[in-house]
Amino acid sequence: MTSGTVSRVRRRVTVRGTVQGVGFRPFVHRLASGLALSGFVRNGAQGVVAEVEGTPEAVARFCELLRERPPPLADVREVAYEDVPAGAGAGEGFLIETTDTGTDTDSGPGGGPLIPPDTAACADCLRELADPADRRHRHPFVTCTYCGPRFTIATALPYDRASTTMAAFPLCRRCAAEYADPADRRFHAQPVACPDCGPTVRLTVGGRQEAAGGQALARARRLLARGAIVAVKGLGGYHLACDATDGRAVAALRARKERGGKPFAVMCADLATAERLAHVSAAERAVLTGRRAPVVLLRRREGAAWIDAQVCPGSPDVGVMLPYTPLHRLLFGLPGDPPGPRVLVMTSGNRSGEPIVTDDAEALTALAGIADAWLWHDRAVEGPCDDSVVRVRPDDGSEVVLRRSRGYVPEPVGLPFPVVPALAVGGDLKNALCLGAGDSAWFSPHIGDMGALETVRSFERAAARLSALTGVTPGLLAADRHPGYHSARWARRRAAVTGQPLRLVQHHHAHVAAVLAENGVSGTDPVIGVAFDGTGYGEDGAVWGGEVLLARGTDFRRFAHLRYVPLPGGNAAVANPCRTALAHLRAAGLPWDPALPCAAACAPGELRLLERQLDRGAACVPTSSMGRLFDAVASLTGVCHRAGYEAQAAIELEAAAARVWGREGGAYAFGTGRGAGAGTFGAAGPGPGPMPGPMPGPGPNPPYPPGESGPYLAYAPGSTDSVPGPGVVLDPGPVLAAIVGDLRRGVPVPVIAARFHRAVAVAVAAVCRAARAETGADTAALSGGVFGNALLDQECAALLAADGFTVLRHRRVPPGDGGLALGQLALTARAEP
Amino acid sequence: MGHGGGGLLSAELMTHLFAPAYGNETLAGLADSAVLSLGGARLAFSTDSYVVRPLFFPGGSIGDLAVNGTVNDLAMSGARAAYLSCAFILEEGTDLTVVGRVAQAIGTAAVAAGVTVATGDTKVVETGHGDGIYLNTAGIGLVPAGVDIRPQRATPGDVVIVSGPVGAHGVAVLSMREGLEFGADVVSDTAPLGGLVAAMLAVTPDLHVLRDPTRGGLAASLNEIATASGTGIEIGERSVPVPEPVAAACAFLGLDPFYVANEGRLVAFVPPDHADAVLAAMRDHPQGAGAAVIGTCVPEHPGLVVARTPLGTTRLLDLPLTEQLPRIC
Ligand SMILES: [Fe+3]
Ligand SMILES: [Mg+2]
Ligand SMILES: [Zn+2]
Ligand SMILES: [Zn+2]
Repeated sequence: MTSGTVSRVRRRVTVRGTVQGVGFRPFVHRLASGLALSGFVRNGAQGVVAEVEGTPEAVARFCELLRERPPPLADVREVAYEDVPAGAGAGEGFLIETTDTGTDTDSGPGGGPLIPPDTAACADCLRELADPADRRHRHPFVTCTYCGPRFTIATALPYDRASTTMAAFPLCRRCAAEYADPADRRFHAQPVACPDCGPTVRLTVGGRQEAAGGQALARARRLLARGAIVAVKGLGGYHLACDATDGRAVAALRARKERGGKPFAVMCADLATAERLAHVSAAERAVLTGRRAPVVLLRRREGAAWIDAQVCPGSPDVGVMLPYTPLHRLLFGLPGDPPGPRVLVMTSGNRSGEPIVTDDAEALTALAGIADAWLWHDRAVEGPCDDSVVRVRPDDGSEVVLRRSRGYVPEPVGLPFPVVPALAVGGDLKNALCLGAGDSAWFSPHIGDMGALETVRSFERAAARLSALTGVTPGLLAADRHPGYHSARWARRRAAVTGQPLRLVQHHHAHVAAVLAENGVSGTDPVIGVAFDGTGYGEDGAVWGGEVLLARGTDFRRFAHLRYVPLPGGNAAVANPCRTALAHLRAAGLPWDPALPCAAACAPGELRLLERQLDRGAACVPTSSMGRLFDAVASLTGVCHRAGYEAQAAIELEAAAARVWGREGGAYAFGTGRGAGAGTFGAAGPGPGPMPGPMPGPGPNPPYPPGESGPYLAYAPGSTDSVPGPGVVLDPGPVLAAIVGDLRRGVPVPVIAARFHRAVAVAVAAVCRAARAETGADTAALSGGVFGNALLDQECAALLAADGFTVLRHRRVPPGDGGLALGQLALTARAEP
Repeated sequence: MGHGGGGLLSAELMTHLFAPAYGNETLAGLADSAVLSLGGARLAFSTDSYVVRPLFFPGGSIGDLAVNGTVNDLAMSGARAAYLSCAFILEEGTDLTVVGRVAQAIGTAAVAAGVTVATGDTKVVETGHGDGIYLNTAGIGLVPAGVDIRPQRATPGDVVIVSGPVGAHGVAVLSMREGLEFGADVVSDTAPLGGLVAAMLAVTPDLHVLRDPTRGGLAASLNEIATASGTGIEIGERSVPVPEPVAAACAFLGLDPFYVANEGRLVAFVPPDHADAVLAAMRDHPQGAGAAVIGTCVPEHPGLVVARTPLGTTRLLDLPLTEQLPRIC
């Protein structure tokens, strides 16, 4: 044992980050063996721990390579060294210790190892899948250290087979040998399986199990080819699938899911098929075929009429993903198999408004009215996970995640400052929660609309699971200020039970804080935050949504906002963009000319009622929403009068603008003035105290007095005019008047739509210049769901950059409410320095 | 304004301000009326103020509301109202013929409800300090022996029954006040419920909870009961009767009819054994002709009220806000 000589050293190395379940120990083994080091490596509660002993040179080289060449799925965040006495305990050679000893459990909150996201099947596994000579030929669960399920099957830490839902499948002799062989690609690949010992895929039709294994897959493909709707169990839950080129099947799915006109995502058999459907840039191809395998929003090819118009009516884009599990590959068929559909609609298997179904028994009941058949398997889904949705920006090829879920969670977002352990509950629609500790923030998968009980339960499970997998126990809660948010009410109930302090954050302030945090900006210096969305609860009780905030630390000042317009009937106006258009016209003093499309879209009775309602301010809420302004313009131009799903009108308006984008350079001009109530600093405040203060209400007559906006000051490009006093009010009136004029002159709608998009971008740049002139801030951060609009996002960024601003945009965190929780966390949980 | 809306803010005022200030167990019950022991009798006692605009609306007036509101609050303890007090707060300059019509309405409503207006008061405030006429009524009535009706008594298994279609009163008042033409067919449902409750008690004294879903509507009442009893409540979204014109008006205004005020309806929590008989008795009574079972009390999701949609999904019915603000982003 004491064979160490003077020239030998021993070093204990602790590696933190995503280092378990990614083949890290075999990598360390190969590295150490190659350098003739002795010692051991094992998984610990903190990450991976290794002790290596050998020449000082070899040990140093080992440490270098550890950082430089980690396995593909690993994310090394920290490597710590500690010299220990040589020759202490270990024998010759290098060992992988597979019993996790838990001797190093001194990790603080959030210091533990991280489970990697689920990953698309790797090339090696796909080769085996298609190789008749391989023992895993056509095995729907082929996986290795470098691919396959991770987050969705983990039940506890440390990540080991016993702590996954694969614990139910004892390894056969041959799999066990691979699992134990450090030289094998499957060494300690926790989900490893084969046809002898792995899960089984089955097909259920009409309540009866009709087939298993390869026959189940072949029959499912045949059913799809015949127009059936098949519930398919994937990684993070069930999908509902049907042939995307079969109009009847797609219409049936739409009707049974009560989905309105909302676009469906599709899964293409391969990249070539995707390229026939849509334009795919090199950057988009990389994301599409990458290991995260999200749904990528691609510009549809004009001639791609063979994909049924029902799939994504009205949208310029189509959401495309490629088969990311071996099961999906087999569903499309291997070369030589009887052909089936090449493009499948693949939508989350759930009932309208509910979370994705993961449980097999529940799938049979909850999806009974929707699916004709169930293609399922007996590997349980521990963590529900919807598909992620991303867009690739044409300007810089960067990726923006619009829905952050499979393939991305639970990868942490690094924070620019440490936070105390906290849970931010997010928004109410497209909810995702965020847990933070130290310099990390972990988002949950997409959870959905908190208005349903099942979603709230799913939210609770996601919070508990994320806590268990990160080792973070939140000491405080953060929620939106909206008093009607179910998420905020959940937080109140939780706080009342646990005594955790609850902090409430203004919606748009959270949006801005999210984009700052994601970009590593601590916000010590003031930053101009542009937060555009549909609806957020404002500090004055109005509905905000067209906001330019000056953010500094945990404070903000409302520098500018869209002029208030009464939103007739709240949600009713959201569902009926024509009413929003008419309300906007009225607020701008423009007559309801019956020839205008938005007026023509309403029956006389609706017009009469609406006029009266606006006169009286009955059930009207004042709003500065940019999303609603997009709705108004969409209806004013006849693009969309009734919205069947969220942001439909804005999406269709963008589609119209996209037809002439780049050829039409005009822009309308917003009016600007000063507004009252726009100039106070607000901050993230405490939660419900013993006695809440009076709630400021918008009052019975919400519209601003006509004179409040004052004379219009047009910001000339490049102007550095300072705007003192209360905040800037951006008045869309002149824009609407110009649009009405263009409509009368017969200007094509796409041109009007493009001019409107550019008008918003020009106004953003002008307001940011004014803010810079007043404060010196030269960083502009863009956030809020409206920036899911690719044209606006691109144009704003371009104009601001040309003007010398540092522009911060979202990348891995959604600009919409799916990213809200990060901002809530950043504003409430910042640790005292 | 917001603190009188029957929603979250009213509840917070009650919980955080009034209850601690008055500090007694009787008030802590948070029911519509208090049940008191006095001289060997069990008395129900309640008070309410009326500030409705306009003073007259299709189907009734502020006078009807002042009588029926307090009579109904007493009825929700199982008591038959016996005596009322009635106080007027008049704004200087209010047309006396209007005051006269309101007084007349009070008299007529009292006769219909079988209650005696035994005492009263009148104050006049300066022009601009009131809004024409405010009324306050208080009432007392006897609670029959063996009757113990309180929100705390809701128990899993209880059948939830509503006495008729909901939402008409709120829509009638709103459309009258704002001059919206939702059709003359929407008429306030204001009515005294003492007789209906007596008919129900005749079937069984063991009614667990009665509530008149006034401000904040059905959703507010169900939330108060769920909170007070610590049980969950599940209703069928389509089981709740909503008159077609009320549904149309609510859809137009972006309102949820479950949150719209009623003045002549009650919601009852009845042990399952008696549910059919109680429902039958209600339907035999003119004020309960449209009675319907709308849901049950469940052990799951304690304290939460959930509406089951025809698709089988759920919708959380939280305590209402003063305004129905959109959540859409
Ligand atoms: Fe938002
Ligand atoms: Mg009352
Ligand atoms: Zn693999
Ligand atoms: Zn095996």
